[in-house]
This record gives sequence, structure tokens and C-alpha cells, in this order.
Amino acid sequence: MIPELGYAITATALLMAVWGAGAAAGSVRAGRPALLLSAERAAVGAWLGLTLAMLLLVYAFLTFDFSVRYVALNTNRGTPFYYRITALWGALEGSIVLWAWMLALYTLIAVRRYRRRQPELYPWVLAVLLGVLAFFLLVMTVPAPPFERLHPVPADGRGLNPLLEDSGMITHPVALYLGFTGFTVPFAFAMAALVTGRTGEEWIAITRRWTIVAWYFLSLGLLIGGWWSYHVLGWGGYWAWDPVENAAFMPWLTGTAFLHSVMIQERRRILRLWNLTLVILTFGLTLFGTFLTRSGIIGSVHAFTQGAIGHFFLGFLALVLLGAFSLLAWRVDRLRAQGELDSLLSRESMFLLNNLFLVAATFTVFFGTVFPLLSEAVRGVKVSVGAPYFNLVNIPVFLGLLLLMGVGPLIAWRRASWDNLRRNFVIPVAAGGGAALLARALGLGNLLVLTCLALVVFVAGAMTLDYVRAVGARRRSGDGWGAATWGLLRRQNRRYGGFVVHLGVLVIALGVAGSQAWSVQTETTVKRGEHVELAGYRVRFERLTASEESNHAKVTGVFTVANGNMRPATLLPAKKFYPQEQSPIAYVDYRLGLIEDVYLVLGDFARDGSHATIRLQVNRLVSWLWIGGLVLTLGTVLAILPDRRRPA
Amino acid sequence: MTARVALRAGIPLAVVPLLLLLAYGFRTDPRAIPTPLIGKPAAPFSLTTFAGEPVSLDGLRGRVVVLNFWASWCVPACYDEAPVLERGWRAWRDRGVTLVGVNIQDTEDAARQFLARFDHTFPNAPDLGGRVSVDYGVYGVPETFFIDRAGRVRAKHVGAVTDQVFERHVRALAEEPS
Repeated sequence: MIPELGYAITATALLMAVWGAGAAAGSVRAGRPALLLSAERAAVGAWLGLTLAMLLLVYAFLTFDFSVRYVALNTNRGTPFYYRITALWGALEGSIVLWAWMLALYTLIAVRRYRRRQPELYPWVLAVLLGVLAFFLLVMTVPAPPFERLHPVPADGRGLNPLLEDSGMITHPVALYLGFTGFTVPFAFAMAALVTGRTGEEWIAITRRWTIVAWYFLSLGLLIGGWWSYHVLGWGGYWAWDPVENAAFMPWLTGTAFLHSVMIQERRRILRLWNLTLVILTFGLTLFGTFLTRSGIIGSVHAFTQGAIGHFFLGFLALVLLGAFSLLAWRVDRLRAQGELDSLLSRESMFLLNNLFLVAATFTVFFGTVFPLLSEAVRGVKVSVGAPYFNLVNIPVFLGLLLLMGVGPLIAWRRASWDNLRRNFVIPVAAGGGAALLARALGLGNLLVLTCLALVVFVAGAMTLDYVRAVGARRRSGDGWGAATWGLLRRQNRRYGGFVVHLGVLVIALGVAGSQAWSVQTETTVKRGEHVELAGYRVRFERLTASEESNHAKVTGVFTVANGNMRPATLLPAKKFYPQEQSPIAYVDYRLGLIEDVYLVLGDFARDGSHATIRLQVNRLVSWLWIGGLVLTLGTVLAILPDRRRPA
Repeated sequence: MTARVALRAGIPLAVVPLLLLLAYGFRTDPRAIPTPLIGKPAAPFSLTTFAGEPVSLDGLRGRVVVLNFWASWCVPACYDEAPVLERGWRAWRDRGVTLVGVNIQDTEDAARQFLARFDHTFPNAPDLGGRVSVDYGVYGVPETFFIDRAGRVRAKHVGAVTDQVFERHVRALAEEPS
């Protein structure tokens, strides 16, 4: 019953989205507002349908309805309650449902916000949003139906991928997809601007908050993904330049570039063509990412999850890229800049440089990701590109971006005078250089960390200087420090929100550099009652215990860890044996700290518990990544607060 | 004027090579997982069937062995091939061919229900600890290996076995002199 009902709902939602897209576009030409109203109703209907479909799928999971193929493959009778709900997006078909539902939600928000305020752009925005939604509903109907009936009905399901039984997997896809789908809205406005010929600054002003929100969720998704990788996969790292990670990172890079370059267009009315290109690329890369991770053309060892879905995505990607760039080419005459770059030493130039770096990073990541394919096409050899390539080419680029982060927000528009440069940069440069020298004198030898430290101090110094001066100016009008700061943040929330986001990025940069340079590890076999030492920590192997969980068997190692200044703690790393998995899944245990984490993985062990092989890691500054994420959140909230400068 | 036309056509056309490259990705068949085992001696195994009887490769020397890896949740492929395998077993068991089912990544209850549903009469054993499937480099289910009378792996089939596939491989091996 559920499969048929689900199918019917999906197909109806698809028809509504197709009708809505056509009606919204047609309403302009026909000049019939009734058509637009019908398109809006179709958007609401599609969202309702998707909500119903999602609830239906959750119901099927909760009641173990194995007549639904997707349920049988991603749950079994032992799967714990919460993971039966998150299993909804635990594999391909369900992730498309979540994606489409979010897109439908964004579409509704766009309808609410813009139906009256943007009468010219709005019909086309709605048409594009519903068109994209129709594609995802088509995927749900034909190549990847979540409601496919399973016949015969198996007695029990296969079960969720054990690696996904983790709290990070509850939030990671949600954040990531909110980011991915969020970029559809700026893209839709860009297309509307091209179609209507209103290619000025209007669409950019409207989509500013959308872009920031999408960018934020994408950042959050990437960070939570790193956290998941760190505490679940058990290799002690958070980023591996895996194609799946790269797929999410590329739109982040171009989205970041877009976020910055629109400021130049708003202020100077240049880079119109460039910004349109960036938003098309960003949206295209979100599709490309989905294509890459679901078509199995790259880095796939598992041959049983593929179908026609890759062809659908490639077809849609072709349609989007060819269509969008054709529109762009058609309007190219209107996109001529109305201003020009005055000097290399100006904020515009710094932002352009920032764009150049980000696009270069995107290109290198893209190249590395599709290189295996390229190599096979040209030379017939399958190769893979590993972390060394990505690190080698990207580290200098990211250091350059850090530098620009300090220079960009403070250098003058148009043409910086020596006075402007002296006033804003002498102290921060001295602080950065001084910090590096001090650290060197204290015995810090790693060149990468020193460079990173110098840049971070420079950027933080430049921002602090700016803040102190601005608050000082307000204090002269009689405010106290607190009131002055508050007034500044509220009145210039865009600028200082951006500063706080930059601060978050600095914290993350230190975390990355520190963890790469200073983390240590050892792998060894230890007898019961004996201990291993690493970086001042003594880890003692107490015993092994075995337990039977609802859907797996678990062997847990009991270890006590102590060092000079902390109370002894117990770490319980384990190996989990799932019947549906060939090899056991490691369960990491760790103690997080501001400066260092103790991180323990249980490897092989003797059945009688007499000895066990462990990997012990002391990872430095990894927590700064998560703290940076928090700072990023604060900054984003500040940046999207309603503008106080102009009366509403 | 021609420069403008070139520009207008050039912008969208710039993405075509990329699309072609991605389309090329489909040409590589992800199902064609190469196995280095072809022609090599098959890894020995010794299992206890669900019926409690021992079955081992050594004990089957001199017979053609069809080794099939399956799981009860593997729908529809394992369900599609189950009657094919039983038919093949009945047709060839007296002509020097043995079928061995290896149940992997599964729970015992679900596996027994599967066997009961299809009334399997050939030996079927659980692969406790997944050792045999690791030895044979099994990526997923179902996969089927065809082993000749001398104990060498001669062919591997990924996905559901059809009557034609079974017949083709088994006939070739059964007609070889031992």
C-alpha cells in the first residue's frame, strides 16, 4: 500500500512542479496574473506532497515496512529508533527526497517574500525554482524512486550503513543540503535578471542574505562532516580530499568568491558578468557534486547502487550550464562594466585577487577530482590523485587568502594612499611579524605553522585596530565601551558580522595548521595490565568486555588514561560486529581538550583478552575547528540581521 | 560582428568538453570488477551448512564447483537467481557438478527463512566472520564463482545468475576432462 501511495504522491508533486514552472513563466508573456497565482498554488502543493512523502517514508521505517525497497536496504529490526528516522536520508533515494523537500521549502519562502516586492523578477524566479524542483521530483519518480516496491518481501532488512549510526549523520546532511539547495535561490534570481534584462545590482541586493545563509549552512555541513570523519572513521583526521568531500568543497569555494565579489559590484558596478558566472558555476557545482557522488563514475568500488541516475544528472547539468551560459551570452552587451579599476592598491583589486585565488583553488580541486577520469579517457590508465597533490597546490593559495583577509576589509576603495596603508597596516604587520619571531624564539620550528601564525596575528590585529578605532569614535560621543560596541555591531552589522566570520576562519586555520604539524601517534600491541606512553600520557590496558547490542555485537577495550595534570579517565574504544558487514567497525573513544585530544582506536585483540593492538593519538588543536565553527555561526547571525542604517 | 558572434557562441560552448568528459565516465562499466583470481587455485574453505553438515573445497576435488555468495536482504537479485540455482543443481548434480551457497552479511533467522522459501536442496552454509568472502574478494551480493575440477577459479559472475549464464559456464567446465 505504502509504495503505491508514495508513488502517486511523488508523481502528483512532479506534475504540480512542472505545471507551476510553466505557468509562472507563461504568466509574464500572457500577462495573466491568474496563471501566476496557479503557479504559487502548485508550489504549495509540491511542498505539501513532498512533506507527505517524507512522513510516509518515516512511517514505513518506523513500522519496518520491508515491502518498500529503500526501507529494506537501510534498516533492519535491530536498528535503533532515532536511526530509523535518520535512515530517511541514509542512502541515495532518501537523500534526494530531503533535497527536494528543502528546495520546496525555500521556494515557499521565496514566494512569501517576493510575490509583492519584486513583481518583475519574481515570476521567473518562481519558474526557475519550480523547474529545478521538477528535476529532483523527476529523479524521485524515474531513476531513484524511494517508494519502489520490493517483491518478495524479505523477513528482515539489510540495515543502515553502521558508519551512519552517529549523531553527526543526523545534522551533517541537513546542514549540507540546506547549503546546496540554498544556492538555487541566488541562481534563480540571476536567471530572472538575465531573462528580464534587469542585470544591474538589484538581484544582488535581494539575494545577499540568501547567499550568506546558503554559504553558512554549507560551511557548517563541511565542518560537521569533518567532525563525523574525525570521531567515527577512526583515522584521526577530518579531511582527506576524497571526491565526496571535494564535491561539497568546490561550491563552497565559488560561493565564497561570489559572496565577496558581489560587494564590489554593489559598490562599484563592475564585475557584472563575473558575478553571474560565479553564481552559475556555484549552482552548477552543487549539481556536479550530486552527480559525482551518486553516479559512481569516480572512485566507486561498489557496483550495486547505480542506475540511470547519473545520466539524469548529467543531462540536467548540461541543460543548466548550456541554458544559463547561453542567456549570459545573449545579454553580454548589457553586462559591460560601468566603472573600472583605478589602482592595484585598492579594495576592489584585493577582492579580485581573493576571487582569483578562490577560483584557482576550485580549479585545482576540480582537476584533481576528475583527473582519474581524464587519465582513463586519454591514456587508458586508471589513477587516483591523493592528498599530497591537493595540499601542495592549495596550501599556498589558502595562505594567500589569509593575507587578503587582513588587507581587503581595511584598504581604501579606488586607490589607497600611503597614509591609508600606513595607518591601517603598520601595527598589524609588526604584530604578525613579532608573533612569528616570538614563536620561533620559543622553539617553534615548523615553517608552515609560523607563516600561518604570522598571518593570523596580522589579520586579527588589523581587525582589532579597526574595531578599537571605531569604538573609540563612538565613545567620544559619550557611550561606554559596551554601548559603543553594541551600537557598532548593530549599525554596521554587515561589516562586523563579516569580521566575526573571518575570526572564525582564523581559528579554523590555526586548528588546521596546528593539527597537521603537531599531532603525534603510535600503534602498538599492549598486554593486559601494561601501559603505553605517548606525549606525557600513560594509557593502561585494563581488560576486554563483550556485549550484545540491538543490532550488533560489541567488543570493548577498557583503558585508563592519565598524565601529570589530569584526573585518570577511562576510555572505551570498541569494535562493533554487524551481521551485514564483512569487517568490524571501529568505535573510537577520545577525550577532547582545548589544546590536545587523546584519541584511542582498538585494533586487533586476542579473544582471551590477554593483549590488544591499539592506535593512540594525541591530536593538537583539532578542537579549534569546532570552536571556529561556533564563531562562524555568531558572525553569520550578525551579518544577516536586518539592516538598521536605513529605516525599514 | 563575427567576434561578437564567436563570443556569444563561445561562452556556452566552453562547457561542452567538460560534459563530454563526464559522459565518458559512463562508458567505464562499474560492474566489470576485475578479479585477479581467474586461472588461480581457488582459496580452500571448510564450512558447516545450515543443516549441520560439513562442506569443504578439498572434499569436492574432481567436481565442478559453483560457489554462490548471497544474502537474504539482497532483493531482487538473490531472489531472482535462487530458482535458477536450484534448477541448475538438479540438472547437473549427477554430472559432476556441485553447488555451494555461501550466506554472508546476514542474520541466521532471515537466512533460514530464505532457504525455506526457495526449498533449496544444495548445501548452503553461513560464512561466519566473513572469511570466505574476504578470500574471494567479494564486493557485494550476489557474486558467483565457477571452479573447475582441478580446483581453479575459471569465471566470476556479478549479479543474478540466469539459466543461460549457469548453463554456459557449467557446461564448459563439466565437459573438460578431469
